[in-house]
Amino acid sequence: MAERSPGERILDFQEVDTGLTADEARAEAERCIQCKKPACVTGCPVGVDIPRFVSAIAEGRFEDARSTILEANLLPSICGRVCPQESQCEGACILGRKERAINIGALERFAADLEVGEAKEPVPRTRTSGRRVAVVGSGPAGLTAAAELARRGHSVVLFESLHEPGGVLVYGIPAFRLPRAVVHREIERVLSLGVELHTNMLVGRSLSVAELLAFDAVFIATGAGLPAFMGIPGEETNGVYSANEFLTRVNLMHADRFPETGTPIRRGSRVVVTGGGNVAMDAARVARRLGARVSLVYRRREEDLPARRDEVRHAREEGIEFITCAVPVRILGEPSVTGVECVRLEMCDPDESGRPTPRVLEGSYFVIDADTVIQAIGTSPNPLLVGLLHGAEVGRKGNLVTDDAGRTSIPRVYAGGDITTGSATVILAMGAGKRAAAAIDADLMRTPVP
Amino acid sequence: MYTVVKVGRLADRVHELVVRAPHVARNARAGQFLILRVDQDGERIPLTISRVDRDLVRVIFMTVGATTYRLAEVREGEMIQDVIGPLGQPSEIPRGATCVVVGGGVGIASCPIIARALKDAGNRVIGIIGARNADLLILQDEMREVCDDLHITTDDGSLGRHGYAADVLKDLIEEERVDYVWVIGPAIMMKVTSEVTRSKGIRTYVSLNPIMVDGTGMCGSCRVVVNGETRFACVDGPEFDAHVVDFDRLMQRQRFYLEEERVALEHHHARRCGCQPGGHHG
Ligand SMILES: Cc1cc2nc3c(=O)[nH]c(=O)nc-3n(C[C@H](O)[C@H](O)[C@H](O)COP(=O)(O)OP(=O)(O)OC[C@H]3O[C@@H](n4cnc5c(N)ncnc54)[C@H](O)[C@@H]3O)c2cc1C
Ligand SMILES: Cc1cc2nc3c(=O)[nH]c(=O)nc-3n(C[C@H](O)[C@H](O)[C@H](O)COP(=O)(O)OP(=O)(O)OC[C@H]3O[C@@H](n4cnc5c(N)ncnc54)[C@H](O)[C@@H]3O)c2cc1C
Ligand code: SF4
Ligand code: SF4
Ligand code: FES
Repeated sequence: MAERSPGERILDFQEVDTGLTADEARAEAERCIQCKKPACVTGCPVGVDIPRFVSAIAEGRFEDARSTILEANLLPSICGRVCPQESQCEGACILGRKERAINIGALERFAADLEVGEAKEPVPRTRTSGRRVAVVGSGPAGLTAAAELARRGHSVVLFESLHEPGGVLVYGIPAFRLPRAVVHREIERVLSLGVELHTNMLVGRSLSVAELLAFDAVFIATGAGLPAFMGIPGEETNGVYSANEFLTRVNLMHADRFPETGTPIRRGSRVVVTGGGNVAMDAARVARRLGARVSLVYRRREEDLPARRDEVRHAREEGIEFITCAVPVRILGEPSVTGVECVRLEMCDPDESGRPTPRVLEGSYFVIDADTVIQAIGTSPNPLLVGLLHGAEVGRKGNLVTDDAGRTSIPRVYAGGDITTGSATVILAMGAGKRAAAAIDADLMRTPVP
Repeated sequence: MYTVVKVGRLADRVHELVVRAPHVARNARAGQFLILRVDQDGERIPLTISRVDRDLVRVIFMTVGATTYRLAEVREGEMIQDVIGPLGQPSEIPRGATCVVVGGGVGIASCPIIARALKDAGNRVIGIIGARNADLLILQDEMREVCDDLHITTDDGSLGRHGYAADVLKDLIEEERVDYVWVIGPAIMMKVTSEVTRSKGIRTYVSLNPIMVDGTGMCGSCRVVVNGETRFACVDGPEFDAHVVDFDRLMQRQRFYLEEERVALEHHHARRCGCQPGGHHG
C-alpha cells in the first residue's frame, strides 16, 4: 500500500495510507490460495467471508467483493483501516506462517471504498415488526446493532450525547488514519436503513431511565468514559491532558484550525505522551502535526507495545521518540508544565498475561523537558448511565456484565462494546452489536406485540 | 438546530437567551447546566440552566470571550447549532430547613431556580445577591418573588448594602440558625464567601466552573480537586462541598488558555467589524 512521505504528512491531517490501486489489489488477491477451511475467517470477529471477497477482487468483480463484505460488516471502509489485522484475520492467514499473510485489511478497504451504484447498498426491509428499540451510543457497537435491528424490521432510535455520531471513530481516531468522509459515508449507510438518530441526547439525563425502559428493548453501547490519570504529583498542572481531551479537541472540535474554529488547544513545542496503545500513538502523532517534538514514554519493552503495528511504524517514521522501560513519576512546573521526571524500569518475571513485570531501577531518575503532557493510560467504562440503571450487574471495573448474547441482568436491556469489555477494538464492539441485535430480535419475536 | 425565541440584555455585558430545547427542558432540575454551540465550528460552552418554562430553557451569560460575544449577537428567531443537557447532578434539596442562596455577579443567574426548588420543598429561603454596582445587579425581581428574605449588596454602595455578599452572610449566620448555604459566582468570590460558614460547620455548596469540553464524563478536562481527590465537575458536580474544594487549583486551571482566548477574541472582533459580508457592527 502506498504511503505519503513522513515529511509531507506531518504537515496535515490527510490520510497517511493512500490505499491500493486496482492492479495492486488484484495482484495481492491472487496470492490467496483459497483455503477450504479458511483460518482467516476464524480470526475475524464478525466472520467476513474473506476467501470469497478476495477471489472476487482477484477476478476483477469488485462490486461482488464489496457486497460480500457488506453482508457481514456494515462498516468495512472503517475496519479495513483500523482493525488490528495482525492479531485478527491476517494473523490467522495460513500464508503468514511461511511468507507474508494476505493484506486482507487493505483489500477490504479497497473494495469498500469503491464508489458503486445505490442499488448495491443494503436495502431496508419493508416489513416492520411493530417493536421499538432504543440504542444508546453511536460508536461502532451502537451503529452495528442499530443497522442489524433495522434490517430485521424493528424501529430503531439511536441516541448520541455528542453533537455528531460515531463515538471514538469521530472523537478519538484522527483523520489521518480514518478520514471523516469515510466515517460519514458509513454512518449514512446505517442511517439509510431507517435508523432514527437523535444527537445531543445524554441518556440518563435528557432522557430518563424510565423513558428509556419504555422502549420494547434497549441496547447500551455507551463506550469508554473517564480517562485514567497516573496519580502522580503535578497532574493538575496546566498543560496536562488526557488523550481523550487532547484528541477530542482536535478530532471532534477541530482545534487544529483554531482560531478559525472556536476550540483552543495548547500547541506544545515539546510534548510527552505516556502509554503505548493506539490511543498513545494517535495522541503523539496529532501533537506532531500541531508542530511539537514528541517523546512517548512506555513502561514495557518496544516489542510489548500494544498499538497496531503500522501505527508504531508510522509514529517512528514521523519522528516520535520512543522511551521504553520507563515511567513518569512526577510532573514538574507550576502553574504550567516544564518537564516530566521519569524513572527507568527493569523487566522481571512474567505476569499473568505472560509479559514481564516492570520494576523500578533505583537511582535511574531523569527529566524530560516538556510544556505539554498527554496521558494515554486507559479509560474506564462510561459510568453515567450504568450508575442510573438500578439492578444492573456491574463488574469490578464498572463494566456492564452480560451473557454471550449481550443480555444484562435487567430484562429487555442489552449491552455491548467498550461498556462491557473495557477499551477494546472497533471490530469487537461491532461483533458485540451484531450478536446483541440477533438476541434482541429473537427475544422480541418470541413475545407478542404489546 | 435549536430556535432562540428570546434574547435580552440584563446588564452591561450580561445577556439572557431563551432557546427551545424540549429534550433539555423536560428533565432539567435546579443546579444543572447545558452545553451549547453557536455554529458549526463553534466551541462547546457550558452555561447554567437558569429557568425552564415548558419546552424553553433560559441561560444568562456574561460576554467574556469569543464564544459568549458571538452568542450575544444571536437574534430572536435565529437558530443555534447545538444544545445538550441537562448535565451534571441536580442540587441536593433538603426539606424544612433554613437555606441561604448567595449569588455574585453573573452567578446570580443560577440562584432563582435553586431558590425555587428549595422553596417548593418547604425550606425557608434567604437570598443574598451582590454585584459591583447597581447597574450590574440582575434578577432582583425573580429573587424577591421566591425568597422569604432578600439582601442586596454592591461593592460601591450604589444599591443595597455597601460591601460584599460575604459580609451579609457573616451577620446572618450570627443572627439566626442556618442549615444550608449555596454560593455561586466567580471562583474567588466562592472561595472567600464560603470561608464564612466553615467555622460553624454549615453545609455549604459551590457550583464549580472549570473548563469543559464534552460535559458527559469522557474527556477529563473538568477535573477539580475536592477533598484531595480528583473529581470531574461535569458528572460528579458541578456542585461540591465548598469547604473541601481546592479553589486555587480551579482558578489556575481556568487560566490555562488565557493566550488562546485573547487570540480568539481578536479574531472574533476582526471578523465582525471588517464590514465583510455577514459581519455586524457593534
Ligand atoms: C484514540 C483511540 C484510538 C483507537 N484506535 C483503534 C484502532 O486503531 N483499532 C481498533 O480496532 N480500535 C481502536 N480503538 C478502540 C475503539 O475505538 C473502541 O474499542 C470502540 O470505539 C468501542 O466502540 P463502542 O461502540 O463500544 O464505544 P464508543 O466508540 O466509545 O462509542 C460510545 C458512544 O456513546 C456515546 N454515549 C456515552 N454515554 C451516552 C449516553 N448516556 N447517552 C447517549 N450517548 C452516550 C458516546 O458519546 C459515544 O459516542 C481506539 C480508541 C481510541 C480512544
Ligand atoms: C457548569 C458551568 C456553568 C456555567 N454557567 C455559566 C453561566 O450561567 N453564565 C456564564 O456567564 N458563564 C457560565 N459558565 C462559564 C462559561 O462557560 C464561560 O464563560 C464560557 O465558556 C466562556 O467562553 P468564551 O469563549 O466566551 O470565553 P473564553 O475566551 O473561552 O474564556 C473567558 C473566560 O471563561 C473561562 N472559560 C473558558 N472556556 C470555558 C469553558 N469551556 N467552561 C468554563 N469556563 C470557561 C476562562 O477561564 C476564561 O477566564 C459556566 C461554566 C461551567 C463549567
Ligand atoms: S473486519 Fe477486520 S478482522 Fe474482519 S476481515 Fe475485515 S479487517 Fe479483518
Ligand atoms: S487464510 Fe489466507 S490464504 Fe487462506 S483463504 Fe484466508 S486469506 Fe486466503
Ligand atoms: S468536561 Fe469532559 S469529562 Fe467533564
